[in-house]
Amino acid sequence: MLRYTFKRLAASLFIMFGVTVVTFALTYLIPADPVAMIAGRNSTPELRENIRKQLGLDQPLPVQYATYVSKLAQGDMGRSYARKSEVAPLIASRLPPTLLLMFAAIIAELLIGIPAGLYAASRRGRLGDKLAMALSFASVSTPQFVLGLTLLYVFAYLLGWFPLGGYGKFSHVILPALTLGLAGGGWYSRMMRSSMIEVLRNDYIRTARAKGMPEWRVLLKHGLRNAILPVVAMIGLDIGIFMSGVVVVESVFGWPGIGQLMWQAIQSLDIPIILGVTTVAAIFIILGNLIADLLAPLIDPRIKLR
Amino acid sequence: MAEFWTRFKRDRLAVAGIFVIVLFTLAALLAPMLSPFDPSEQFLDGLTPEGSPLPPSERFWFGTDTNGRDQFSRLLYGARTSMMIGVVANGIAVVLGAVLGIVAGYLKGLTGAAIMRFTDLMMAFPSLLLAIALAAVLKPGLNIVILVIALVNWVQIARVIYAETIAISEREFIEAARAMGAGTGRILWRHVFPHLIPTIIVYGTLGIATTVLLESMLSFLGRGVQPPTPAWGMMIFESQSYFLNAPWLVFIPGAAILVLALAFNLVGDGLRDALDPTQRGRG
Repeated sequence: MLRYTFKRLAASLFIMFGVTVVTFALTYLIPADPVAMIAGRNSTPELRENIRKQLGLDQPLPVQYATYVSKLAQGDMGRSYARKSEVAPLIASRLPPTLLLMFAAIIAELLIGIPAGLYAASRRGRLGDKLAMALSFASVSTPQFVLGLTLLYVFAYLLGWFPLGGYGKFSHVILPALTLGLAGGGWYSRMMRSSMIEVLRNDYIRTARAKGMPEWRVLLKHGLRNAILPVVAMIGLDIGIFMSGVVVVESVFGWPGIGQLMWQAIQSLDIPIILGVTTVAAIFIILGNLIADLLAPLIDPRIKLR
Repeated sequence: MAEFWTRFKRDRLAVAGIFVIVLFTLAALLAPMLSPFDPSEQFLDGLTPEGSPLPPSERFWFGTDTNGRDQFSRLLYGARTSMMIGVVANGIAVVLGAVLGIVAGYLKGLTGAAIMRFTDLMMAFPSLLLAIALAAVLKPGLNIVILVIALVNWVQIARVIYAETIAISEREFIEAARAMGAGTGRILWRHVFPHLIPTIIVYGTLGIATTVLLESMLSFLGRGVQPPTPAWGMMIFESQSYFLNAPWLVFIPGAAILVLALAFNLVGDGLRDALDPTQRGRG
């Protein structure tokens, strides 16, 4: 286990290194010249040369990369073009709402996916199963901005059950969490169904049935307990999917997290923020995958370590 | 082949998916003939006196948008954008992913490890954010959108193909081919690749659904194809502020995206079951 943990940690660090190379390379693809942007149109060549030196752009590429990484390690992601403030504190201040939303979305997707998958597995091959699986396909095929706007229209505008977006109260989190979690619920229902079908093939299930245990108890007591493990082990991987989703969902619901920050940055082409959020999202995904990798053998001892 | 078709036909949802795809393809191809108006024409009588979009009527079947343009014509032309990007961007992603996956899986060693570590790295980026970052840094436009989506989407298929290639290359007929003196290129093309075709078809189809959704999100965020080219995501973005008064402006293109993505997902799933009967019912 120690060896496995070490290997996973090393792999994560290596990927982290790769992420910084990619984001560093992206800053080089920007067509606009940062020196010209800061110096202005009527600047003298000397002034431009000075700024170039100040920004360290006269250094060789490896040196520039090293500077970039050491700054990043100290939490320095540069300054926003549009907001005249540092990127890192801006992202940090927007993180808590996003983490709250993701947490709520994980609860939502598990509450949708696990019962649906359980139900489908118990009705395998019959109408209920087919219906549940068709719905799961529909849920993963729905663009989140359409789902979000539709939920807003029906449950906030027409029925008035929820506020029209915003942040602060419990009622604010329901619709965005559902929007973010529904597609995940669709995936979980499929995973739960196949995991359950796999478990139901086991001898101990036949034994439980043979001794006259009611079917619902077989499913819940012997089936669910074993089938849910590999499914729950996947939660860490959701973070990556959510990191894309929050941009759209937060902008639709006016949720003040990093997704909304990203959305505003996209509209004003604020590249330091776009790259900063991308980097932070990548860090979260690497951590999420690491947690999933480390938790999987603890949750389910049958998993073979590699 | 006949056996495959019998199995595929049994999946009625997948057959419905084929029907939808054919319908949308026809709509996209025949858009200039089918659409009643020019998708970019702004009608003076296309807005109410207060300047709001018109609801669906006999003249404007799906109403007009916030600029007084015919929503039905824009929807048909939007199908061109979605289908084109879905097929081309995903096609490039599939070729790229399949080639890299086969090479990595067969050669293993340093090349294989390098390719697979690179896919690990790509997986660390959320696809939409990476696509946005690329599209923000480069100039937006049709070709860039295709390029960006292809660059983001090849990873999944590369990993699947990699795993399958490893399994295939350990089988005896590959060893036999090698023993008879076949070169690497010949083995890959004549002996490994044919066994991968079902997987490539399945993931190629499912990938179009992902691509259609990613394209719609990019264009909803204003980083997809640029106006005046109509795209479904952009149509929704443009009418967002009028949404509560004119919900059809969101629902109709939204339904189009949903139905098209769903159709490709259903067909892909149907193909998976039909091409690989051992996977039946495992979902």
